[in-house]
Amino acid sequence: MSLLRVENLRVRFPTDQGEVEVVKGLSIDLGRERLGIVGESGSGKSMTGRALMGLIGPPGRVTADRLEFDGIDLRGLSESGFRKLRGARMSMVMQDPKFSLNPVIRIGEQIGEALQFHQRLPARARRRAVMEVLEAVRINDPERVYRLYPHEVSGGMGQRVMIAMMVVLQPDLMIADEPTSALDVSVRATVLEILDDLVRRRGMGLILISHDLDMVARWCDRILVMYAGKVVEECAAGDLHAATHPYTRGLLASVPQLNETRTRLPVLDRDAIGAGT
Amino acid sequence: MADALRRIGPFASRAAPLFWLVVTVAFTFLGLLAITFVIGRVVPIDPVLAVVGDRASRETYEAARLAMGLDDPMIVQFARYVLDVVQGDLGRSVGTGRPVAEDLARVFPATLEMATLGIIIGVVVGVPMGVIAAARQGTWIDQVIRVLGLAGYAIPAFWLGLVGLVIFYAKFRLVGGPGRIDIFMDGMVPVRTGLLLIDSLIAGDMRAFRSAFSHIVLPATILGFFSLAYIARMTRSFMLEQLGQEYIITARVKGAPERVIIWRHAFRPIRVQLITVIGLSYAGLLEGSVMIETVFSWPGIGNYLTTALLNADMNAVLGATLVIGAVFIGINKGSDLLYRLLDPRARA
Repeated sequence: MSLLRVENLRVRFPTDQGEVEVVKGLSIDLGRERLGIVGESGSGKSMTGRALMGLIGPPGRVTADRLEFDGIDLRGLSESGFRKLRGARMSMVMQDPKFSLNPVIRIGEQIGEALQFHQRLPARARRRAVMEVLEAVRINDPERVYRLYPHEVSGGMGQRVMIAMMVVLQPDLMIADEPTSALDVSVRATVLEILDDLVRRRGMGLILISHDLDMVARWCDRILVMYAGKVVEECAAGDLHAATHPYTRGLLASVPQLNETRTRLPVLDRDAIGAGT
Repeated sequence: MADALRRIGPFASRAAPLFWLVVTVAFTFLGLLAITFVIGRVVPIDPVLAVVGDRASRETYEAARLAMGLDDPMIVQFARYVLDVVQGDLGRSVGTGRPVAEDLARVFPATLEMATLGIIIGVVVGVPMGVIAAARQGTWIDQVIRVLGLAGYAIPAFWLGLVGLVIFYAKFRLVGGPGRIDIFMDGMVPVRTGLLLIDSLIAGDMRAFRSAFSHIVLPATILGFFSLAYIARMTRSFMLEQLGQEYIITARVKGAPERVIIWRHAFRPIRVQLITVIGLSYAGLLEGSVMIETVFSWPGIGNYLTTALLNADMNAVLGATLVIGAVFIGINKGSDLLYRLLDPRARA
């Protein structure tokens, strides 16, 4: 049975110049697999993630013909209904731990919170669960990190804390929205490896949102390419090189090669791919 | 130099922060003294003339000038001034005929009492109002709070004071009239702190306490209303900024209830900014609200300073300025200490 079924998802925002549609009829059928969503800034990939989590409040509007998470209809689900799902059954890792962790709350407390909202646990059991999850994201001295504030840890460590916070309740679906783009290249692989390991071991569904084609191709089973609010390409990760849509071809062509001889990378011909449609 | 000093034995200990606190406060205070000293020299008021009167002969004038040390080099005069101030000698007030220090010890507590009550009202009511306005942005509650805030800016203090007196004192007799206490109890409470509410409690005189309270409640509420308007407005804008932060989304993603999002994730980070705002408005209130003090015949520092200014009573003006400056220094240092307590990023 599929974990997430989305048909014709649309996200709209009213503006002074009329309504703008940022996601234009997206459909996903996700099992407990790893799906990559690639696209440039403004292609609607982050909005898709947020719409699935019910995080788009007024004045934004989310509509779909079908929006089901594990058999639960998310359309018109109340805020308190979403609150029960968030953190416990679906969670989201965000881009930059510098901004996504609360600066004045200790790390241990921030992770413990996720437990607190969903379970009645004695303080000691909660603390133990936090230590365990910190270890699970390969933090060697959880006792110390537990007491630190977010500004006292590095970006890579911060993102591991973020992941710990999001998997502590063993959700079924994890959305990772550009989880490594704010990190140093040297720690990206580690963070992705930890994420991937947790996702596989706990049998979670993963939606990895990124603008990095290579990264998505490497860590995902299936890929959606979004452009201007629409899915323009859908294929298995291994078949990316055989993509047919001109936008995807353009993206692939502009990936620099190690033994590069070109002096200029090709520029996307947006007229040819129908920009803004 | 600071680094070099820091390395020397005793200061490398735990007392170091305290030591530096004292040093910075002392230097700031010295700067404040320099400013009041210079003001005292540049104002077109001749201190000699003030003493000898304008009918004195040339010789008397010169003798007085020498006796007052105004012939000495500036730096000597400044040193003498600093020494005097440090020993609590602020000179004699021409207006009251008493030492300025004595006057200030009498008028400052009156202002302190009213300002403290005012800022407590401002914080206790204003902060939750601002938080609620931000949490319910755009709703009628938000609108009501914004109009109240605007009123706090637009309504003149003296008008609110007079109308308050007319309604609550003259018409309904709910509060006491002008002054700090009913006239027949004036001066009956032994002075300990100068704060009538506290002194009357120490003396165990409940009648005096009730009277003092009925007198202070209206002016303090009006002061409170003005600081409340400001504090609520600032709290609202700080909160709105916080609610747009990424970590608020993180909290939502974790399934945090709205109450936790507002009070833990958004409110905790703004406490530091709020301390600045509250500290500054408290300091502003401690300057003494001349309007309110005049309308309520409140013998506070604002009244004292204004009267002194109008009478060209320079010792009193400088003394009062010094006290107000010292209050600002104290509140700033106090806020610094609180920052460190409340914001982990400010702890070095």
